[in-house]
Amino acid sequence: MSRISACFEQLSGAKALIPFITAGDPHPSRTVALMHALVDGGADIIELGVPFSDPMADGPVIQRASERALAHGVSLADVLAMVAEFRKDNGTTPVVLMGYLNPVMRYGFARFAADAARAGVDGVLTVDCPPHAAGELAAALKGEGLDPVFLIAPTTTEDRVAEIARHATGYVYYVSLNGVTGAGNLDIDAVAGKIAALRQHITLPIGVGFGIRDAETARALSTAADAIIVGSRLVQEIEAATQETAAEQLKILVASLKAAIR
Amino acid sequence: MDRYDLPDARGYFGEHGGVFVAETLMAALDELKAEYGKAKADPLFWQEFHYELKHYVGRPSPVYHARRWSEMLGGAQIWLKREDLNHTGAHKINNAIGQALLARRMGKKRVIAETGAGQHGVATATVAARYGMECVVYMGAEDVKRQSPNVYRMKLLGAKVVPVESGSKTLKDALNEAMRDWVTNVDSTFYILGTAAGPHPYPMLVRDFVSVIGEEAKVQMPEAIGRQPDVVVACVGGGSNAIGMFYPYIPVEGVRLVGVEAGGDGVDTGRHAAPLSAGSVGVLHGFRSYLMQDENGQVIETHSVSAGLDYPGVGPEHSHLKDSGRAEYTAVTDTEALAAFHDCCHHEGIIPALESSHALAWAAKVAPTMGKDQVILVNLSGRGDKDINTVAGLTGITL
Ligand SMILES: Cc1ncc(COP(=O)(O)O)c(C=O)c1O
Repeated sequence: MSRISACFEQLSGAKALIPFITAGDPHPSRTVALMHALVDGGADIIELGVPFSDPMADGPVIQRASERALAHGVSLADVLAMVAEFRKDNGTTPVVLMGYLNPVMRYGFARFAADAARAGVDGVLTVDCPPHAAGELAAALKGEGLDPVFLIAPTTTEDRVAEIARHATGYVYYVSLNGVTGAGNLDIDAVAGKIAALRQHITLPIGVGFGIRDAETARALSTAADAIIVGSRLVQEIEAATQETAAEQLKILVASLKAAIR
Repeated sequence: MDRYDLPDARGYFGEHGGVFVAETLMAALDELKAEYGKAKADPLFWQEFHYELKHYVGRPSPVYHARRWSEMLGGAQIWLKREDLNHTGAHKINNAIGQALLARRMGKKRVIAETGAGQHGVATATVAARYGMECVVYMGAEDVKRQSPNVYRMKLLGAKVVPVESGSKTLKDALNEAMRDWVTNVDSTFYILGTAAGPHPYPMLVRDFVSVIGEEAKVQMPEAIGRQPDVVVACVGGGSNAIGMFYPYIPVEGVRLVGVEAGGDGVDTGRHAAPLSAGSVGVLHGFRSYLMQDENGQVIETHSVSAGLDYPGVGPEHSHLKDSGRAEYTAVTDTEALAAFHDCCHHEGIIPALESSHALAWAAKVAPTMGKDQVILVNLSGRGDKDINTVAGLTGITL
């Protein structure tokens, strides 16, 4: 069983918290410590952003995180090395890489899947690569026991939901709003209704993210979803903190979110 | 030659093209594809399109024999397809009208666009005013500085111009920001993409709208000289003016198709914007094509004196035409383009856009190696009024 499936099984109905940070932000030497801080705060799964020069689906907060990481030359290979380092002290918390297709394509799908599996990665979400375009990558990932994670949006038609259901493993990521990461126009009732409707096709756990900024929203959405994904709010915390205080502040924030969704 | 019928149903030109976007946009692209399919089969749609091109744009644009300049070069005869004479001063208006008519069919009241040189932004602002639509144009903060006359022009036309401060602050970042707007406002908004790039069906529909350039030339050249030209040449940024000229000529045997990219300081310096000449295959802005990227798959910054060519990617159909060998692609430097800019001003009384000056520079370089009875048709994609500040600045003059 994959680490992701094991994680949801162990939760047995309790809700998962999935924090997101960008690898290499604010500095590559800090990422592994921040990942451990997320776990200490109560993270069930970690989404680790792979920085990209053109993050089309991201709002200003994660754009800046990407720019900070790239200023230190963080590459996909560096990100895999960070995960391998994290795995030395943590063998159970699933790690999902989230990013854009081009760095993965450049790395080579088969080589990437093999190296990612070896580093201890569990799932991969390439934002700009929906299932119809992901054939070769998804096959490479599954061949190495990794879960390809796909997005479902408010605009996704029922046909496409069914198609995504056929290709996804691990969990699916419901995008709570039409917009970029960190946007502020989330409608809680509409999202809850949509997630309930998705269950007709989706048997995997459903995580929800984009625009979840506080414990209140996290709690409200956790009644409908299986996992709550929080990104921009955490990246903002890293941005506001000093390198010394970031880990502690992240841990406190994650703990408050985790407490809210229990 | 074999029948050329691309893109395929999935939006591919050979191995290039496709749809690589966030899930939120998939439904909108499917809708656009379906709606364009209907419009394409609707004679009334094309009737209105051509009416607008004739009465609003001033088409057909003439072909013009640059006789004095050709004589001075002492070789092939250079002819110019005068897209600079269009309303708003470039080929971009053809595409903007086509897409605005589609937007109207789809009931969208708000249009957005990205722009580099500002020509596509001006064209979009123009058609938005013409059809009564709200218009927002994203423009890299660097380009806002370089092309200030066009920024003011867009504002005069009632558009909101948003300077984009992220990344390299040029065209690619403006495109990122336009995509972010579209994702956020996808229900109300039509994205009028400014070049023959982006996710399917954009490269196809942009090509179809700008192909009027080559369609006209194919009729005009035999009228003017009794035959088709030996070479057709166009500058390549995202590739719209070039594909507009090339596409109708693809099946015409014996016509050489040459695309000229921005060589910046020189392709061997790395400071350029020439993905077909020196890039590798990648995915950016929703499609697969040649791309300027580093060994880690990060998109690298481009350099060109011409804002409209300062783009790290290129439309997928050009990548396919390169792979298939039907078209050839090369680059000229900033210096060569500027020399051609001045020569065209002095010898022909035409101020060309800096983008188009790249195609002119290639023609001026190659004409002397050809016979006097041979003909090069250059797509003069736009006029250079917008560039006078840039050119003056390069010679130390502040206007
Ligand atoms: C006059 C002119 N020519 C060419 C271009 C380059 O675009 P494309 O390659 O899509 O024709 C531009 C873009 O702004 C332009 O304004």
